[in-house]
Amino acid sequence: MIRSTWSIMKREFAGYFATPLAYVFIVIFLLATGIFTFYIGNFFDRGQADLQSFFSFHPWLFLFLIPAISMRLWAEERRGGTIELLMTLPVPLASAVLGKFLAAWAFTAIALALTFPIWITVNILGSPDNGVIIAGYIGSLFMSGSYLAIGACISATTKNQVIAFVVSVAVCFLFLVSGLPIVLDVFRSWTPPFFTDLLASFSFLTQFNGIVDGVITAKSVVFFASLIIVWLVANAMVVELKKAN
Amino acid sequence: MTAMLEVSGLIKRFGPITAVDGISFHMERGEVLGFLGPNGAGKSTTMKMITGFLRPDAGSITVCNYDVVADPLSAKRSLGYLPEGAPLYPDMTPRQILKFISEIRALKGAACEAAVERAINAVHIAEVLDQPIETLSKGFKRRVGLAQAILHDPPVLVLDEPTDGLDPNQKFDVRSLIQSMAPDKAIIISTHILEEVDAVCNRAMIIDQGRVVADGTPRELQAQSPYHNAVSIRVSAATADAARRDLAACSFVASVEQRGSEAGSVHFIVLAEGRTPILNEVGALAHGADWEVDQLYVEPSRLDDVFRAITTGEIAERRS
Repeated sequence: MIRSTWSIMKREFAGYFATPLAYVFIVIFLLATGIFTFYIGNFFDRGQADLQSFFSFHPWLFLFLIPAISMRLWAEERRGGTIELLMTLPVPLASAVLGKFLAAWAFTAIALALTFPIWITVNILGSPDNGVIIAGYIGSLFMSGSYLAIGACISATTKNQVIAFVVSVAVCFLFLVSGLPIVLDVFRSWTPPFFTDLLASFSFLTQFNGIVDGVITAKSVVFFASLIIVWLVANAMVVELKKAN
Repeated sequence: MTAMLEVSGLIKRFGPITAVDGISFHMERGEVLGFLGPNGAGKSTTMKMITGFLRPDAGSITVCNYDVVADPLSAKRSLGYLPEGAPLYPDMTPRQILKFISEIRALKGAACEAAVERAINAVHIAEVLDQPIETLSKGFKRRVGLAQAILHDPPVLVLDEPTDGLDPNQKFDVRSLIQSMAPDKAIIISTHILEEVDAVCNRAMIIDQGRVVADGTPRELQAQSPYHNAVSIRVSAATADAARRDLAACSFVASVEQRGSEAGSVHFIVLAEGRTPILNEVGALAHGADWEVDQLYVEPSRLDDVFRAITTGEIAERRS
């Protein structure tokens, strides 16, 4: 199980770098984080030694960039028929699902790690609380994992990568904004308070902002981890049910 | 001797369509089974179930005594599979694919290298090892697919159209390869090319509408041809009418078909009553009468005729 997960992860990970996708993604991700942090986030004008302006854009940046990574995971296998090759190898379904997810997640982690110049910058300019910054990175990593798990599951439902991308963005958006008034107000008037609270607690923004502020980290990490597991289980079920179509 | 592959009562439905409708058979070591049938007959679906890709709606499959549904991993370890169209990851090279498969198949170190080496040599892909699959010709892709199927030297091989897209030389190579592996494996191949069955299979099965409609050695199947033991005779145009009349009147002749005429001679196929040998009788008749015979030989019975006759219901009609 571990060996086959590792083999599949390696193959999948190499797949990102076999096409320009990996490089395009990393360049755009780094450019976008830079623009958002320094221009839109007013990193310098804020005059504070922290990475708030860097992290606060991650939920929105990931909304469009992460589905671009996850869209190919299963849709490409189904389009090319290689899913038949993969599923007739002595590989547990869980290994295939996990291996693909971990490959995409590792790739995201690398992209995230390459933002280190921003971290160095803030340390040169001032003395930030590096604990909070590490928490921010962990939160960002787990949030990207949740986006990826959603995207991987949706990728398994279709042969078409564009459909996988669009639907993934839509679903991720729902999870992202479920804590905002725009959604909560719709439900507040006619549902009991616990429901709106529940809805709000599913919000990526709520959970992520908690981590970035340096509070309730453990709880939010558990939230994202559970979400990843649920979507990966759904992913396995979708693959099993739809592989023949 | 225990069966290498045991299939019983296999059923698979896709919505209202029953793609496989109660297929049962078993195979032993040394058998090369050719799956024949029209498109959509259920050949590929049956193969997908044997290899554990599709779950049967009913029935059971055991590969080397492992149940494909209950213990899929053990069954898959004993299997090599070339799926229809030989799907492979387009951005990988053959070397990378073989390495990936050998890792998944838990081949390590020297054993891994030996296996990859053997597979590469068996299908002759050494010159394209480091080119991405997407740049390879159809023939090379098919052979890389074959290489990954035989990589771990599995006791049971399932090959869906292994020679599709290959040129005649490559076909010959692949057939030789299958024959050389045959003695200690059970091999199923599906094909549209009936001569392939003659060339490599020692057992043939015709599948139509999800059912096995014929199962036997290629020779046994050929004997079911309406043209089995038919005699081909070419006589000059002047005596053609007489020959046709005389032949049709004989008790050992089922019917006489005209195949065309050219350069003053007419070509008849004389179908034997009961498909028994009639060459001597026809010869004697021709000798006794004064037909001008140009050619006289036993028509080779071809699987194509059997295939067509069975899958279009002709044989059933003739028997009834």
